[in-house]
Amino acid sequence: MFHIYCPHCGEYREEEEFHARGEAHIARPLDPDACSDEEWGDFLYFRKNPRGIHHELWIHAAGCRKFFNVTRNTQTYEIKEVYKIGEMPSVVAE
Amino acid sequence: MQHYSGFGLLKHSLTHHENWQRVWRNPTPKKKYDVIIVGGGGHGLATAYYLAKEFGVTNVAVIEKGFLGGGNTARNTTIVRSNYLWDEAAHLYEHAMQLWEGLSQELNYNVMFSQRGCMNLGHTLQDMRDIERRVNANRLNGIDGEVLDAKQVQEIVPVLDCSDSARYPVMGASWQPRAGVARHDAVAWGYARGADAHGVDLIQQTEVEDLIIEDGTVVGVRTDRYGEIRADRVGCVVAGNSGVMAKKAGFKLPLESHPLQALVSEPIKPVLDTVVMSNHVHGYASQSDKGDLVIGAGIDGYNGYGQRGSYTTIEHTIQAIVEMFPVFSRVRMNRQWGGIVDTCPDACPIISETPVKNLFFNCGWGTGGFKATPGSGHVFAASLAKGEMHELAKPFSMFRFHNGALVDEHGAAGVAH
Ligand SMILES: Cc1cc2nc3c(=O)[nH]c(=O)nc-3n(C[C@H](O)[C@H](O)[C@H](O)COP(=O)(O)OP(=O)(O)OC[C@H]3O[C@@H](n4cnc5c(N)ncnc54)[C@H](O)[C@@H]3O)c2cc1C
Ligand SMILES: [Zn+2]
Repeated sequence: MFHIYCPHCGEYREEEEFHARGEAHIARPLDPDACSDEEWGDFLYFRKNPRGIHHELWIHAAGCRKFFNVTRNTQTYEIKEVYKIGEMPSVVAE
Repeated sequence: MQHYSGFGLLKHSLTHHENWQRVWRNPTPKKKYDVIIVGGGGHGLATAYYLAKEFGVTNVAVIEKGFLGGGNTARNTTIVRSNYLWDEAAHLYEHAMQLWEGLSQELNYNVMFSQRGCMNLGHTLQDMRDIERRVNANRLNGIDGEVLDAKQVQEIVPVLDCSDSARYPVMGASWQPRAGVARHDAVAWGYARGADAHGVDLIQQTEVEDLIIEDGTVVGVRTDRYGEIRADRVGCVVAGNSGVMAKKAGFKLPLESHPLQALVSEPIKPVLDTVVMSNHVHGYASQSDKGDLVIGAGIDGYNGYGQRGSYTTIEHTIQAIVEMFPVFSRVRMNRQWGGIVDTCPDACPIISETPVKNLFFNCGWGTGGFKATPGSGHVFAASLAKGEMHELAKPFSMFRFHNGALVDEHGAAGVAH
């Protein structure tokens, strides 16, 4: 069971209140019409799947309903840090 | 290979069962093979078996980092069915179903395939519409299926709560009578024994650390225990580790690895003689021949490689089971475990050529690949033997995520992911 620190609420809450929403920092192509099929497919479907450090988007679904980012180890499940959208992580995946 | 029979059992009983032949050899690998299969799960072993038996390619090695069938194959809840929605998927799973039906005879090994039927419950009007659509699609494809109303469901599964007072009353179900369960370990062992008998080398306790690629062509693998082993073709069938292997080969796969867990209860008297699944309350159960309830549900919401699964998912699973079967509320759970499943964006597998010549991948089966074991092995073997994808495998190319030809099976996949 995770205890996750919500940077918006400013406190730790139980995993049950949150939902993981997949990889963080995915930028929508600025000019979709100019994308090749490969670029568009990459944007839609290809996600990092590391055995180790991963940057993820989470939502405090049953709390403040705000999104934020989590840096987590997918092997040990240790949460390295939590940071707001727009901020950059200090623990960086390879 | 020693033939198993009732007479053999009798004969060996005279010598207290001490003289049975070993089920497979434990060979030292050769320097070079025609085909190397990475991953000795059900799919890898089935691939090796059909390569040797049906396609005459016997200079084959299966390299497994742990023990044979010790991956997801040993951790799954053993449900076999072929009632998928789209033609591409329905044909693939039905191909497997037809092989299941003769598998114990084919392998001379009892895989305990039991066609006890599988029911997917509907709890809303939308569920029922989806069920009708899928059953009709199945029947057009020659796959058995029926739409049941709540009364018929109750007759088949008396232990299910079909009353109006349920939080999500049962409105009906899809029903595939030919579906059922099979003994997962026996499937791996049966294929392993068959492959070994046809000359395939099963190399256990050996991890493939890297793929050797020269000029864009795979020429072998590097292992932790035996160093380099060469091959003309390599097939990767490593389930939850596929993303990691693809990265070594220099390309990406659209897979995310998640823990999926299962539970079994203490053995109880026979109460449930079919498989009951519900996408809506999201849990499923069957009863093993030994008497334990075999229970599963969804994946953990986040990526993970920890083979245990989370508490919150267990709680949701058990809530769903108690919702459907209030009578099970006091049954004790004996064991719980997790496996790492590689989920694909369209809930369909990848059986494919890759950007690397002579390197093939078979993965992305996610939460539902056990049912496909014979079919997956068969079409993958055909592809590896000819160097060209089998017709049934073609729609499952990894390149579909760039050309848009997805096969969206989320509705029929049975477990949300
Ligand atoms: C809890 C749970 C319940 C499930 N329930 C069902 C169900 O009811 N019905 C159904 O159809 N499916 C079910 N599934 C899915 C099913 O188990 C899988 O899709 C299927 O077993 C995949 O088979 P496989 O042979 O591809 O993978 P695996 O059996 O996982 O085999 C892959 C093998 O590759 C080996 N390997 C990995 N990396 C390397 C390496 N570098 N070198 C050498 N070897 C390596 C692993 O050790 C492993 O033995 C379930 C899965 C889980 C976890
Ligand atoms: Zn919050």
